[in-house]
Amino acid sequence: MNLHAIAAIYVYEMKRFFRTIFESLLSPVISTTLYFVVFGAAIGGRIEEVEGVSYGAFIVPGLIMLSVMTQAISNASFGIYFPKFIGTIYELLSAPINFFEIVIGYVGAAATKSLLIGGVILLTAGFFVDLEIRHPAMMLAFLVMICVSFALFGFIIGIWSENFQQLQLIPLLVITPLVFLGGAFYSVSMLPPAWQVVTLFNPVVYLISGFRWSFFGVADVAVSWSLLAIAVFFALCLAVVWWIFRTGYRIKA
Amino acid sequence: MTPIVEVTNLSKTYKDGFTALRGVDLTIAEGEILALLGPNGAGKTTLISALCGITTPTGGHARIGGHDVITDYRAARRLVGLVPQEVALEPFEKVINTVRFSRGLFGKGRDEALIERILRQLSLWDKRDARIRELSGGMKRRVLIAKALCHEPRVLFLDEPTAGVDVELRRDMWEVVRGLKASGVTIILTTHYIEEAEAIADRVAVINKGEILLVENKADLMRRMGRKTLRIDLATPVAEVPAALATYDLERIEEGAALLYHYDTRGEGTGITRLLQALAREGLSLRDIETRQSSLEEIFVGLVQEDAA
Repeated sequence: MNLHAIAAIYVYEMKRFFRTIFESLLSPVISTTLYFVVFGAAIGGRIEEVEGVSYGAFIVPGLIMLSVMTQAISNASFGIYFPKFIGTIYELLSAPINFFEIVIGYVGAAATKSLLIGGVILLTAGFFVDLEIRHPAMMLAFLVMICVSFALFGFIIGIWSENFQQLQLIPLLVITPLVFLGGAFYSVSMLPPAWQVVTLFNPVVYLISGFRWSFFGVADVAVSWSLLAIAVFFALCLAVVWWIFRTGYRIKA
Repeated sequence: MTPIVEVTNLSKTYKDGFTALRGVDLTIAEGEILALLGPNGAGKTTLISALCGITTPTGGHARIGGHDVITDYRAARRLVGLVPQEVALEPFEKVINTVRFSRGLFGKGRDEALIERILRQLSLWDKRDARIRELSGGMKRRVLIAKALCHEPRVLFLDEPTAGVDVELRRDMWEVVRGLKASGVTIILTTHYIEEAEAIADRVAVINKGEILLVENKADLMRRMGRKTLRIDLATPVAEVPAALATYDLERIEEGAALLYHYDTRGEGTGITRLLQALAREGLSLRDIETRQSSLEEIFVGLVQEDAA
């Protein structure tokens, strides 16, 4: 295990984050505030409590999830795409490291960044609503697992992308709709019966439901299903990454 | 000589069917400078890429310091520094950070004293806190060298180190390479500038269409293949080569103002003494004489054309 190499990649990536720390944190804070103004104050005032939780508080887990997923994906995908784009990938390929170590470095850094952003959003949310976290340890566990698995997913996108447009395509076309339709702003039980069935095919439903459960103790699906969903997603991403590195897909000639 | 790089029957065929390397055999001795000379597309970069792990060879073996580059890649790569052809650097990063990053990547702990020494050696110390994008092209290339050297490799691959670099910078680069050799690093450089190989290499390998055509000590190569020419400037031009000199294969140039005599340094005797005596007997008086050795470039062009034929 080349620990120095993992540390080098991790520190290098984190430095990039801290170089633009203000911009990195400002945008999630602003967008969260906007969501609270629109959904919490303007619309939320007219919505009754959802499953015994005020609407403003109810949307907090979904908001965190939305930011954390998109940040994990964009940070990890950019992290590995950029060396490919400017050509510095040659150094990673010629170094005495294996692909597993490269993944730990990049994915670890991207997951850390999104975790920090998730924390900042949680703090921001605390200014707007009263939050009580029933299962703090599980909340943290869910958050970490989601950060890591979506960073892995982002890493795959970064390897696959051949231009900056492709880099944005998946987050924009897949993740954002899945999160919006995955119960970030509503409870699945609020949907018509037919849609309640359809929505169960959206994997993000399980993630948001489990995360929300750790806050309020209420869930759309059983917590065990949520945990299983994350485990499956994580395993799938890991399998794809393993395949990429075995074949050198879009990295090695 | 102790071999540090051993390449056996190495080949590379890309997925599209293009064969970039055809059974390359090459042994490089510790401490030497080997110039890998070849036209564009000859397979120089592919060979280096296969040795450094950037591309996977499809056949044969390569060992660096006795370690197979595939099965024992960690040990092999620790010994290698690579300076790529393209200037690939993160524009917003500071010089010293990008060098520190490279050292870590190669599994070495921080060593600020070493990094300072390398940056000073490459005249980059004053620029250590500058961002890469603020540097000139020549400095960027030296940053690439610093990155390749910071983990103390025993073998340094320089892929076209002076491509697109002006004459002055090229000479600077040669000085840097000579300095590195003096510090004990084995250097393999690819180039299509014959002048470069001639100026700094100990040995020259000529590669064309994925095959090594020749590997030879540069001086031997020039001596073995080098034809020499003796130019004789006459005091009075001659209308034709005198009949008595017909056996000497003389070429009359500049309307008889000078004669060229081609000879081979490999021969038993060059025939120069006899020729000069014969010229004196014919009553020709000489204004000047000059000898010229064919350059590596002529040798190289000859080899590549022979290969194409």
